[in-house]
Amino acid sequence: MPLDFDTVGGLLRGFLPELVLTVWAMALLLDAAWHHRDEGATRRAGLLALPGLVFAAAAVVWLWASNATPAGLATSITVDKFRLAVDLIVLLAAALAVLFSLDYLERERIRVPEYYALLLFAAVGMMLLAGGEDLFVLFLGLELMSVCVYVLAGIDRRSPVGGEAALKYFLLGAFASAFFLYGIALLYGATGTTKLSLIAQQIAPLHLESHPMLLAGMALLFVGFGFKVAAVPFHMWTPDVYDGAPTPVTGFMATAVKAAAFAALVRVLLEAFPGLQPVWAHVIWWLAAVTMVVGNLVALAQRSLKRMLAYSSIAHAGYLLTALVGGSTEGAAAFLIYLLFYTLMTLGAFAILALKGREGERDVTTEDLAGLSETHPWLALAMTVCMLSLLGFPGTAGFIGKWYILAAATGGGYGSLAALLVVTSVVSAGYYLPVIMAMYMKPQAHDQAHAGIRIPRVAGVVLAVMVAALLVFGVWPNPVLGAARTGSHAFLPPGVASVSVHSQVPN
Amino acid sequence: MTAFLVTVEYARWAVSALLLIPLAGALLVWACPAAAAKRVALGVTLVEFVVSVGLWWAYDPAGAAFQVAGWLPWIPAWGIAYRVGVDGISLFMVLLTTFLMPLAVLGSWTGITRREKAYYALMLVLTTGMIGVFVALDLFLFYVFWELMLIPMYFIIGVWGGKGRLYASIKFFLYTMLGSLLMLVAILILYFNAGRAAGGQYSFAYEHILHYAALPVTAQFWLFGAFFLAFAIKVPMVPFHTWLPDAHVEAPTAGSVILAGILLKMGTYGFLRFALPFFPFVAMNRTVTAVVVTLAVAGILYGALVAMVQPDFKKLIAYSSVSHLGFVVLGIWAMTVQSVQGALMVMINHGISTGALFFLVGMIYERRHSRLLADFGGLARVVPAFAAVLTVVSLSSIGLPGTNGFVGEFLVLLGTFRTHPVAAGIAAAGVIFAAAYLLWALQRVIYYPLDKEENRKLTDLTRREWGVLVPLLAVILWLGLAPGPVLRRMEPSARRFIEMVQGHPAPAVAAAVGEAR
Repeated sequence: MPLDFDTVGGLLRGFLPELVLTVWAMALLLDAAWHHRDEGATRRAGLLALPGLVFAAAAVVWLWASNATPAGLATSITVDKFRLAVDLIVLLAAALAVLFSLDYLERERIRVPEYYALLLFAAVGMMLLAGGEDLFVLFLGLELMSVCVYVLAGIDRRSPVGGEAALKYFLLGAFASAFFLYGIALLYGATGTTKLSLIAQQIAPLHLESHPMLLAGMALLFVGFGFKVAAVPFHMWTPDVYDGAPTPVTGFMATAVKAAAFAALVRVLLEAFPGLQPVWAHVIWWLAAVTMVVGNLVALAQRSLKRMLAYSSIAHAGYLLTALVGGSTEGAAAFLIYLLFYTLMTLGAFAILALKGREGERDVTTEDLAGLSETHPWLALAMTVCMLSLLGFPGTAGFIGKWYILAAATGGGYGSLAALLVVTSVVSAGYYLPVIMAMYMKPQAHDQAHAGIRIPRVAGVVLAVMVAALLVFGVWPNPVLGAARTGSHAFLPPGVASVSVHSQVPN
Repeated sequence: MTAFLVTVEYARWAVSALLLIPLAGALLVWACPAAAAKRVALGVTLVEFVVSVGLWWAYDPAGAAFQVAGWLPWIPAWGIAYRVGVDGISLFMVLLTTFLMPLAVLGSWTGITRREKAYYALMLVLTTGMIGVFVALDLFLFYVFWELMLIPMYFIIGVWGGKGRLYASIKFFLYTMLGSLLMLVAILILYFNAGRAAGGQYSFAYEHILHYAALPVTAQFWLFGAFFLAFAIKVPMVPFHTWLPDAHVEAPTAGSVILAGILLKMGTYGFLRFALPFFPFVAMNRTVTAVVVTLAVAGILYGALVAMVQPDFKKLIAYSSVSHLGFVVLGIWAMTVQSVQGALMVMINHGISTGALFFLVGMIYERRHSRLLADFGGLARVVPAFAAVLTVVSLSSIGLPGTNGFVGEFLVLLGTFRTHPVAAGIAAAGVIFAAAYLLWALQRVIYYPLDKEENRKLTDLTRREWGVLVPLLAVILWLGLAPGPVLRRMEPSARRFIEMVQGHPAPAVAAAVGEAR
């Protein structure tokens, strides 16, 4: 179905998911203002936020199913399946964050119904990032997302670390935005446009391949993205911010924020600078290598589980960068697959952490989980699956994702980066395994060590579904694999429609 | 028997059944009450053994390379399928696994008292993983099984192990993982290379990659290195062996039996199935051969010498494994039909004899709560049956003619002597050392004066323990006296292996069978 963005109807349909979510979030804000004094206002807002996410997801699925494509001139937003796939991941992460927040906020006595509206607005920003075809739309999305998340990080006003996290995130985020904006300015100066596809068209005729202004603009964009995806050496804010924010928000930041920023990076690399792949591949190569090494090594030294997961998410940013280095559609597909699985396993781990930590999960260490399998066998099992999946162990979805990244990297001729990825993965076993070891192989510190854990029914069911998904996709990834490959075909050069790269050999 | 197998279409479902029965059994164990867990597990492993025995007849040594094969699509987008089958090499590894598992369950009967359901369920999952490694003919599938069996073993060591279990389990895990992940990258590079060479036909099928992969020599060296590291850690070859004493000593008895009996064989199996056939040029390179043969001989001597000075009986057996597996690697690299067959025989024998030794040590540990050789002495007078069995098993491990141990090591030395006479000469000294450390240990345990008060009250073997040991003793004698049928089934595969690596038919030497008798 071609969508003509010159007509109102086409525009509305192209923006449908974002529109649905924006309208819903505004209504939610109104409702929150109305019911602000009620006892259960926060929970009510959370429950009301869920249908909005579902409707937005339905709109995304509708666009996907109707094979919508933009028609006519280059526009500022695109409708392709890569955007829609990332939208779905973002909405999934937002929905999971809402579900895990319901009881968390009540337990921590954070009575702020606007929390959920902010989550929805952040999701809108992320969806703009996923679909932006113009650098300015990307910037708008980036800002919308970031401003909401700054507030979310400090939503617990009584917590000094929360305030510190929000301030730190805000200051460094503002820096990153400035870099990003300046990059846009330089790119505009070099090419005379901010539309991604037009930038790509300008490079060859104007002989801009090694033009300093273009390269400087590209580099500044990378810095901006580097901050948002928490790639080393732009990761300094991550541990403190992840540590200080409320745990569901941390989970949301580690997954959705990263996913959206990464998606925008992929689009910029593959749509605006496909011809410059040999140039930016060096940058991405080193970013990936340093991120994997530093993230994994520093995670090894963490005692607090939350900080450990923060550094592990840095390491995973390195894995995702590895998928991109070849600049191939296979890489984009691997990126999508990994993003989905990463979202499930990371949010799962943060959710379990939030269940264990009562009023101060900052200080939950690996040792605090000792003997969990004796009192809460199912919770321990769920955590084990999440850890093994993060480790990339066969039988879990994380393995399929890592395998695809490795395949994309080796297939693109970056075998050494793939080797580095696996070596750093072995290092990561050094901090994922002790969690399992503590739960199963060490006795409880005292009889009541885990007495405080209450698993709300909703969280329990959602966790069970997530863990089951991780296991099922680990064995039977075909459905999501197909979807991811379709999504990645958005970056095929026009005319080369959905060619299957691999063909199968019968036996 | 063959006719019966054909009637039930054994070849169509056998291997898949061997993979599924333990998994279903694990669910069953998990669902049933804790008290019944071990009985259910024993039943499942016995059924598994009975099903696997059919392979002995179903495999036709004169037939195709891989038989009893199965194929199902899995992830067609990546050219991954469920491809399984057995040849004369994997056949015996599968039989060894299914043979040892019921004994391992029976051997855990009284030793495991905590979390029994989880323990037996993990043992069954482990069975699937191990059989999967031996039958997988798709590199992705192989890798999945290869890694998958790490988890049950990790838990078996870490939850039910001895004092140093935490350290031992994580060391075991990390060592294996480091090796196998580099192999993963190597597999991917092979896959892309073979796919391009085959004109865009990308597949992880073993024979597809074997047929098409053609890499530049430098790349071959790197990839061979990755495969070699993965398998050398698993074997383990000196100097990658340091995880082994920890893991073997800390694991519960059945864990040690499985580790030594089956898991170590995966390393040498990997050499035979993947590392050498994929990279014959590198493997037969003079320098590489010299390094590997030196490491193998060093392992034989080092393992034996270190075993000699161990105060702990279990650790002694653990180091003796390093020594025995050195023979296997030596036999593989010697590249003669006898030496390869001998290596295969040592793989089986080591599983049987060392498994039996671990069982015996576990039995005496349950009674005495000590494994230190110095704590024993004069047991022959207190527990004569135990002493007799220990003697027979030790002799088989030493390689006394008439026992299984002799056949394998003799063939290895015989075959190696033709290609690497010096290495064979030095390795022969390893046999003497083996006699030294085991006989000396035997002397200290069952002879010597009975001067420890605690040892006087020891009880002799129970009926359950006889149940564990009698099958092992029977196999020890069977393989020692009549290895012919086994060797006949191995020979075509050994020959094919040598042809693949050397690129030309090996000289026919059928006399080995007769000499070994």
